[in-house]
Amino acid sequence: MRGVSDSQPGRLQERCATSVVKPYYAYEVQSLRFRYQSTESTNQTWILDDLSFQVAEGEVLGIVGPNGSGKTSLLKLLARLANPQQGAVRLFGRDLMGMGQDEIARVVGVVPQETQQLFPFTVAETVLMGRFPHRARDRWGTGFGWESGDDVAIAEEVMITMDVVHLAQRAVTDLSGGERQRTMIARALAQTPKVLLLDEPTAFLDLHHQVEIGSVLRRLKAARGLTVILISHDLNLVSQYCDRILLLDQGRVIRLGCPEHVIEQGALELVYRCRILVDRHPETGLPRVTLPGRCMPDGA
Amino acid sequence: MKQPSATGSPRSCVDRLSGGQGSALFSRGSIVQGAILTRSRLILILGLLSLTAVVASLVCLHFGAQPIAYGEMLRLLMGAMTSDQSGTDGASADITRTILLQIRLPRVLMGFIVGCSLASVGVVLQALLRNPLADPYVLGVSSGAALGAALGVLCGAGTTFLAEAALPACGFAGGIMALVIVYRTATGSERLPIHSLLLTGVIVNAIFSALIMFITSILDPNRSYGMMAWLMGTLTSPTYSGLVGVLVYLSISLILLFRQMRALNILALGEDAARSLGIDTEQAKRSIFILTALVTGAVVSVSGMIGFIGMVVPHAVRLAIGADHRLLLPASALVGGIFLMGADTMARTLIAPTEIPVGIITALAGGPFFVYLLLWRKDRLV
Repeated sequence: MRGVSDSQPGRLQERCATSVVKPYYAYEVQSLRFRYQSTESTNQTWILDDLSFQVAEGEVLGIVGPNGSGKTSLLKLLARLANPQQGAVRLFGRDLMGMGQDEIARVVGVVPQETQQLFPFTVAETVLMGRFPHRARDRWGTGFGWESGDDVAIAEEVMITMDVVHLAQRAVTDLSGGERQRTMIARALAQTPKVLLLDEPTAFLDLHHQVEIGSVLRRLKAARGLTVILISHDLNLVSQYCDRILLLDQGRVIRLGCPEHVIEQGALELVYRCRILVDRHPETGLPRVTLPGRCMPDGA
Repeated sequence: MKQPSATGSPRSCVDRLSGGQGSALFSRGSIVQGAILTRSRLILILGLLSLTAVVASLVCLHFGAQPIAYGEMLRLLMGAMTSDQSGTDGASADITRTILLQIRLPRVLMGFIVGCSLASVGVVLQALLRNPLADPYVLGVSSGAALGAALGVLCGAGTTFLAEAALPACGFAGGIMALVIVYRTATGSERLPIHSLLLTGVIVNAIFSALIMFITSILDPNRSYGMMAWLMGTLTSPTYSGLVGVLVYLSISLILLFRQMRALNILALGEDAARSLGIDTEQAKRSIFILTALVTGAVVSVSGMIGFIGMVVPHAVRLAIGADHRLLLPASALVGGIFLMGADTMARTLIAPTEIPVGIITALAGGPFFVYLLLWRKDRLV
């Protein structure tokens, strides 16, 4: 046993650091505080409260936590879709606040939780939009900004990777939830990012494509050193595919570390406020979460 | 190894990619190339539309209270271009030439540029507000601009409604005011349903229309009649200097707007997605809204409130050629120009010599289309 009952996050974080590929940080988050600017001044609770952690380059980090724990807000801050009230975020050593939106988009790809496309762009057009941050300077300012042959080749490659290439001509408005989700991941990959941020990437996917996305992310990490930060409610998926897991509750880090450390009965029951069974995956030996099931009579 | 099927299972696709096997199945980017807008497709469609626009303008010049034969029309147009006065004999030919060159031609050209502008503004507003029913008229931007222009008239900025320099500026001020109100309401909450935006437009329209009616009622009867006709949307025959002024002003604004074509594709994805793809959305929105109000203000000050072109035309064009704004915007502009030239020709000729305000015709054509979209294409709107 690797001390799963240990509740000292700092020490375990170091122990789990064997999975970190390089001692080089993709993200350094320092005492981050954030709340939405609302008109009612009475709402003073922080969505994210004094968050500090690092994400190594080439790491797959899962963010888990109950509804309203601040997962999506954290992801937005990492992509600078929102700005924190306090604290700093450094992306590959550079202050995120000092970078242009364009610069960030060349490094960070974002797959949002839900996307609503009103206009009938084709899947191929949608994926090609991922090349927008890499566009050449439109010298004559004509507004056409044609994609280069390389852009098109990259788009096709990621469409094959995400299994949407047969949908190329279809309108995104006519896709099923899973097909649309895969298209969005392909669009983010077309940005050729060094970091991929995903908010519930498997929410609409069937089992086959859940496994497929998990292994695609692992493969991209291995082949291109891609850093992946993903939010998921699926603790088993996170346990199987993530190097480290960040457990959030009420805007604070409850645990951060390898799956054995975070996917642990005590911590999960505390955060999710229900009974949770944790055992081992029969093949990988990684922690596996099971819901308690129907209420059985005592002693059953 | 099992042979991959035509569509290919996901695993076999990935294997092919990583193993480099069967790469001959794909020539580089050929699949994507077939599903996106290409230069040749753009040139073909825009070329065809331009040709249609030229033919349509000739047809519109032909019709009128008194039709002019095509042969004579072409001869007169050629003559005007080469400043050739020969071959004109007699008073009747002189009258025909005056009708063609001084009355019909400037009006047809004006109709074309106004239609172009309205359709372009419609495309841009639809993308920016992420609402396929957006239109300067429906959202109240036109009535804002009309109120501005009416106030200008009340304060004595020109006794005609032609391109007096102050009127487009007044129209711009009113238009941007309406746009800010509508936009603030639309983005006040996280995600506002499409119909709420339209509702805001209805309210803004109602308030501004009431104010315009008030101004009309305190004007002296002669001017208030002109004001009423203008409000319903009327094209008049401008002088050539006035026409050139409007053309230059609108062309510059439209060219600046067209520079945002590719960015509009991204902005239509929504605020967060556009930012994550590297657009400074605040700055882009601000400049596009200002350009939109500039165009609307100028258009309204020369032609009043011509409605629904900004909604009907982009919608129809999008159904036909797809959503990429690099084609959608110029194609909609051309189709909008053709549409308004045609509608105005009907307005001139249906019950000639009496003219119908062209706004009535576009509203009669566009209103039912709007209802159709609202009732039967809900799936596309929500």
